[in-house]
Amino acid sequence: MKHAFFKSAGLAAVVALALLSGVSARAMENKLVVVTSFPKDLTSVFKKAFEAKYPGVKVEMLKKKTTAGVKYIQETASNNTSDLFWASAPDAFEVLKGDGLLAKYQVKAKGIPEKVGAFPINDPDGYYKGFAASGYGFMWNTRYLKAKKLPAPREWEDLTKPVYFGHVGMSAPSRSGTTHLTVETVLQGDGWEKGWALWKRIAGNFKTVTERSFGVPSGVNSGEFGIGIVIDFFGFSSKATGYPVEFHYPTVTTLVPANIAIVTKAPHPKNAATFIEFLLSPEGQKLLLDPKIQRLPVRPELYKGPAKNLPNPFTGGIGAKVKFDVKKSKARYNLVNSMFDVMITYRLDDLRAATKAIHAAARALAAKPNAEGQKMLDQARALVAALPIDEAKSLDPAFAAIFKKKRKKATDKVTGRQAEVEQKWDEMVKANYAKARMLAEKAAGMAR
Amino acid sequence: MAAQSRGQWGAAGTGLAVFILLMTFLVIPVGKVIYVAFVDVNTGRLTLLNFADFFNTSLFRESFVNSIYVAGMSVLFAALISMPLAYFTTRFNFAGAAVIQTLGVIPLIMPPFVGAVAMQLLFGANGSVNLLLDEHFGFTIPFMEGLNGVIMVESIHYFPFILINLSASLNNIDRAMEESAQNLGAHGLRLFRRIVFPLAMPGFAAGAALVFLKVFDDLGTPLLLNVNNMLAPQAYLRISSIGISDPMGYVISVILVAFSLLSLWTSYLATRGRDYASVQKGGGGLMKRDLKPWEKAGAWAVIILILLLVLSPHIGLLLLSFGTIWSFSVLPDGFTLAHYGEVFSTALPYITNTLLYAGLAALLDVLVATAIAYVVWRTELPGRKVLDYMGTAAVAVPGVVLGIGYLRTFHDFNLPIVGKPLASWWVIIVIALMIRRLPYALRAATAALQQVAVSLEEAAQNLGAGRFTTVRRIVVPLMAGGIAAGFVTAFATAAVELSATLMLVSAESDAPLAYGIYVYMQTAAGRGPGAALGVLAVIIVGVATYLSHRFVERTRAAHEVTARDG
Repeated sequence: MKHAFFKSAGLAAVVALALLSGVSARAMENKLVVVTSFPKDLTSVFKKAFEAKYPGVKVEMLKKKTTAGVKYIQETASNNTSDLFWASAPDAFEVLKGDGLLAKYQVKAKGIPEKVGAFPINDPDGYYKGFAASGYGFMWNTRYLKAKKLPAPREWEDLTKPVYFGHVGMSAPSRSGTTHLTVETVLQGDGWEKGWALWKRIAGNFKTVTERSFGVPSGVNSGEFGIGIVIDFFGFSSKATGYPVEFHYPTVTTLVPANIAIVTKAPHPKNAATFIEFLLSPEGQKLLLDPKIQRLPVRPELYKGPAKNLPNPFTGGIGAKVKFDVKKSKARYNLVNSMFDVMITYRLDDLRAATKAIHAAARALAAKPNAEGQKMLDQARALVAALPIDEAKSLDPAFAAIFKKKRKKATDKVTGRQAEVEQKWDEMVKANYAKARMLAEKAAGMAR
Repeated sequence: MAAQSRGQWGAAGTGLAVFILLMTFLVIPVGKVIYVAFVDVNTGRLTLLNFADFFNTSLFRESFVNSIYVAGMSVLFAALISMPLAYFTTRFNFAGAAVIQTLGVIPLIMPPFVGAVAMQLLFGANGSVNLLLDEHFGFTIPFMEGLNGVIMVESIHYFPFILINLSASLNNIDRAMEESAQNLGAHGLRLFRRIVFPLAMPGFAAGAALVFLKVFDDLGTPLLLNVNNMLAPQAYLRISSIGISDPMGYVISVILVAFSLLSLWTSYLATRGRDYASVQKGGGGLMKRDLKPWEKAGAWAVIILILLLVLSPHIGLLLLSFGTIWSFSVLPDGFTLAHYGEVFSTALPYITNTLLYAGLAALLDVLVATAIAYVVWRTELPGRKVLDYMGTAAVAVPGVVLGIGYLRTFHDFNLPIVGKPLASWWVIIVIALMIRRLPYALRAATAALQQVAVSLEEAAQNLGAGRFTTVRRIVVPLMAGGIAAGFVTAFATAAVELSATLMLVSAESDAPLAYGIYVYMQTAAGRGPGAALGVLAVIIVGVATYLSHRFVERTRAAHEVTARDG
């Protein structure tokens, strides 16, 4: 009994030792560590191609969602082990740049334009580089729309229509960098008040707010909900895989570059630079056309050749209407996240109940008009649209500082706590939605 | 006397070692994170203001109520599922017993977030079941809407905790008790209510407390079902989206820990002051009898119905892994092997990592858990209860918090031989898993120890055995069933853990299976390959769990033989 025990313990020790030495031997190889928010479909293609071209370099792809990736690089900065940060949202790069966690790099590759839409492709300060363009819009499941007899939406405004009640899905800007850009684009394109009102009317039709941006294409693909608000390549790659879906850019959209940057004190700076050059070379850009990736390359010449089937972002057809202001977006980044969560994500049930009542009242009043009822309905709509703060306040640095992740110095004075502010907003929003619902129900009663 | 005092020192040493371990890898890292809950963001001073904010916010109050409701309902449904199963296996000579014992554990070895994906496809608003219902009967059932969905997924996922612990307890009941009761005229329900159930109470309470705690702090399931208004998702969302300096996420963590301790204390009160120990061992549990043919048919019907329900995530996952396109239809459009082809080439490192991490973690867990249980229940060391509380409190620490705590505590200095920080060495994942799963092993070990009569140990000591000998020759063999249950539970659940791992994996070559599945699921190009990897995970973890179960059983049998012969 005893012998058997010692024997198996000894065996376990030998196995453990062998594994240990294996692990440390691996750590000594020539490596490249990339922190990325991109799915395996994209990273594995580039990893394979890069390792084939540069044998001896092993590429490690660390997949984290954008916000978690930023957090990971911030938390590990004191002893950095990552070489590259590779993600969609330019704002996330701005945050890292602001913390001094990105290194400057001059791209050697030629033939890439200065701008895509109104957006500079590379960071003007020289920190991060755009490698693909992305626009925002919606995708829908054709089987779902056919079964439920719904028309395909063309513009944001369409999504507010009563027919789409309970059929729309989206992620929250606080959890997905790309969704944040979508929200901010509409806020800048339609204006603060009108933009938020639009979002709330769309959100009233939401089936769900997904935890990650990937949840939206998955939900549309599986038919959990019919229409999803997504970044373009989710639509293109779902369609290329064979799902019965379509994607469409509304007029108010913006084209933004997806980016890559070298992390400060990267352990393998040479490999990092080689990877960026590879990504921007014609060879690397063509990899973006893989049916599971389907991102818009930043080399215009490709749209005459292999990228014929994708919309060309350099002809000015998409997103020409909005001039996206990065500074504005950065100034109120966390504030917009928080407002969306307080007003929509966490109060979705209340908002949906109010919206349902408003849809019903509008239908009743259309059938049998009633002036007083109409007035109440307008009041109800105004209550849903009401905002706790105006645009000037959203851009007031002293107020926005309450939502900042970190105080830069101990002497930076901030008055008010985020939880305290959100609590006030929440009270107001909840009361407004409840009152709107009541008014709408009353208005519907008058039309009867 | 000399042996006695040496034993006391040995116990004290063990207790101290465990204490240091828990301090280093649980209390300090979590303390570093929780500290934030008590800091005023603006002045940097200590304050209780953040807690006032918590209770003033209706969203948080709502989340709190929802979490309790979901956890309570899940315990109820889990009990409803597991009681008939446990009863059939322990009470009757019944071929279905083996089926139940194997299939009953399978839900645990699937990451809950994977189960949620599959359940959504089957039971969601436009899932197979509702599409069929809508087509033939014109109505749908909101199985998966909001909190319902969380309750459904959680009770199906976690009921094995009750099943395992309840079965172990039922098997440990002294047959003489039942026979005496029957001789005194108790039968049927009365026998069950007055004798069997009370005697099985430690197991049931341990299982129910675990289910409650796990559901209370489970993150993956509500997140995947997009349910936000619960405590754990709120904590996670606050920390991951607002940032490290926002105190509310940490306040919620503190409340999760406090409330979990409270519910444990309640389960402790429920079993306190009663003696569940049986002097006689080896009576083989309750009397088993044969079933009449019609009874057998009825039992099979109940079991098949329950198993169909609890295995539905696996059925869904299997369909997804073989399906081509599955979109707004009852079944996938076609079937293919391509997804398996895609994952086979890449899955091997994930598999070896998983077996290594979960095996090491579970081994450490049962060692530490047995030590804690013994020190707490069989010695008079001052402050021994602290170990129990610490070991148990780990269950209430959200994986994300533990992950962030480790990054904060162990990242700044390189380990001498390894040449990199502990926080990015794969061993940290083992430690995190060990700490996260310790409560399971601890509950199991404690329940097992409670059923060993102290008089047996006293008898051994009276015969001159030292404390170490007593533990090795008497206590551990008698506890073996419980320890085995602890090992199997810890191993199986560690193998599918995600929340802490997600924060700590610093190189893809160190990643375990759950991480791999998670990565494969993050795609717009179909979840087929992710599902295929999930199926592989279930099979591999299942086989490994079964083998370890067999190994432990054999060792126990050998121990029993030596104990009797020696």
